[in-house]
Amino acid sequence: MTIKSIVLVKQVPDTSNITGEAMKEDGTINRAALPTIFNPEDAHALEAALDLKDRYGGTVTVMTMGLPKAADVLRDCLYRGADRGILLTDRRAAASDTLATSYILAQAVKTAGEFDFVFCGRQAIDGDTAQVGPQCAEKLGLPQVTYMEKIEEVVDGFAVIKRNIGNGWERVRVKLPTLVTVVETANTPRPWSVKNVVRNKHKRVPLEVGEGELAPGDRIEQWSLDDVSADLNRCGLAGSPTKVHRIQSIVLKKEGFTEILATQEGINGLIHELVRDRTLG
Amino acid sequence: MSKINQGHGGLKNLQFAFLPALVKRKEEAMIEKNPNGEVWVFAEQEDGKLQDVVIELCGKARDLADRLQTKVGAVLPGHNVENAAKELIMWGVDNVYLIDDAKLARFTSTPYAHVMTEMIKRHRPQIVLYGATPLGRDLAPRIASATRSGMTADCTDLQIDDVPDAKTKEVYKDLLLQIRPAFGGNIIATIVNPFWWPQMATVREGVIPKREPDISRRGEIVREMIPIDDAMMLVEIIERHVQPRRVNLKGARIIVAGGAGVGSRDNFTKIFDLAGALGGAVGASRAAVDGGFVSHDYQVGQTGTTVRPALYIACGISGAVQHRAGMQESAKIIAINSDPDAPIFSVAHYGIVGDLNQVIPMMIKAFKRRD
Repeated sequence: MTIKSIVLVKQVPDTSNITGEAMKEDGTINRAALPTIFNPEDAHALEAALDLKDRYGGTVTVMTMGLPKAADVLRDCLYRGADRGILLTDRRAAASDTLATSYILAQAVKTAGEFDFVFCGRQAIDGDTAQVGPQCAEKLGLPQVTYMEKIEEVVDGFAVIKRNIGNGWERVRVKLPTLVTVVETANTPRPWSVKNVVRNKHKRVPLEVGEGELAPGDRIEQWSLDDVSADLNRCGLAGSPTKVHRIQSIVLKKEGFTEILATQEGINGLIHELVRDRTLG
Repeated sequence: MSKINQGHGGLKNLQFAFLPALVKRKEEAMIEKNPNGEVWVFAEQEDGKLQDVVIELCGKARDLADRLQTKVGAVLPGHNVENAAKELIMWGVDNVYLIDDAKLARFTSTPYAHVMTEMIKRHRPQIVLYGATPLGRDLAPRIASATRSGMTADCTDLQIDDVPDAKTKEVYKDLLLQIRPAFGGNIIATIVNPFWWPQMATVREGVIPKREPDISRRGEIVREMIPIDDAMMLVEIIERHVQPRRVNLKGARIIVAGGAGVGSRDNFTKIFDLAGALGGAVGASRAAVDGGFVSHDYQVGQTGTTVRPALYIACGISGAVQHRAGMQESAKIIAINSDPDAPIFSVAHYGIVGDLNQVIPMMIKAFKRRD
């Protein structure tokens, strides 16, 4: 038995390292000040797929939607052991919300061929919505197993999976094919291997280099919405029910600030004040 | 007001350009917009016990429904959960839709999503709210996909207002404003769904103040049948381990929280000592949890619990934006940090620049000697 997996990955701005320069005065994001990274939980999703390939044999296809430079995350996946990368890039997909995004990704998964598993990270750090995984599962008509900690075994068209349910865990048996979302405690993503880097380092999507200059062996597949037979009414702004009405930078609310000296007298005063206003009992 | 150009997911361009969606909305909308529809809460329960966030949501739904002059409905899928149905009425629900089926005794995504989707098609509520629990965040997007409606995750507030399209000046009356932090908590976004209803959102636990229950309230329990095909039972739960929550941060009036600056698991006893002396609960930053000082149950912040106690004492917490997002609504904040430039001081009402190992014993001493 071999296992075919598709992993959905995303290139995201590194929101965990936001500095003062990342926010403009008017409260908008200064994207130039934000480096892009491989969405952390997606690396764990990839590792789950590579682990199944190690255990049972098979293939791992990674797919991402984004600008041509998102091919960086596909190369990262190839360096870790993925077999095939597909970039979905199309201007008409811009401004897609999670519903439109999941529609496009589901169309792409259908186009990529047969599979046993679709893996996604639980959520991406730029939106933290955790919606695209379950929405893709619904669009593909698949059962979903969210917050995977471990795939214990795959046998006879079923998988036994341990999943985190917040206040504990569950062991479930799911019929394949299925969509699985992966949390960061599931595994440790493997590093790049020299062999894979050497084999894949020249690979590019056509938009990165211009069609003519790419040797056939160096080509990473690049798909448009037409290639995945997407209904344009369901993509981009037209296919997105949620609209952003307003954006505000976080205004820190507080009335005044009192510095308290780190001495017993200073702290006695503070405690006295808090007792007097009944904050402390 | 601004432009955030994000390829997909999360936020997008803020030109208020609702119009492109308008063009095809007749073909695309699956569920006809119903301005008289109810405001619904998905009544998440475990073994018949309602989640706290459901109770919080019932109060919020009551406010929204009163503003919209409509009723509050709660959808309660499960098995042998009549008591929860009665309880919902006391928290502000007018109509409890009870779907009792052995196949719903334990949550699995496909049958629960099917039941909710069919109920939404049948009754066309205008708003559906879910707790942003692990279960709610698994279920709600699946329903949004099946009903092709808009869905906003992890809201921290909800309001009703008229929203004009900045381009066409057309005003959409009484939309649900779905307010949530985004970009790692650096911005607050207000999301609306002008066209494709119901308007759906998950709401974080602990951000809406709980109401007093009203045991004299009258409401109706409506039993509904939704057939569940065996072919939907694709996930079987073999084994399940649940630990009751040991830490009750949400209900705490005083929280003493420790961060990386505490230094070690052993030294974290100082945090417990101060909390014990003041009669408060213990919290922690992500760095303290990642450092193994305490378990994730204690974590305050964007990926932990959101809290709004009367007093929050941050000890050795630098105050990453993700942490601040989870505690800055506290009525009073004391920050103790040896680094005078730590961002935590920007949200604190009282700042103590110093070593927590010295400051904490002084606080305990001062409190014991009070008046």
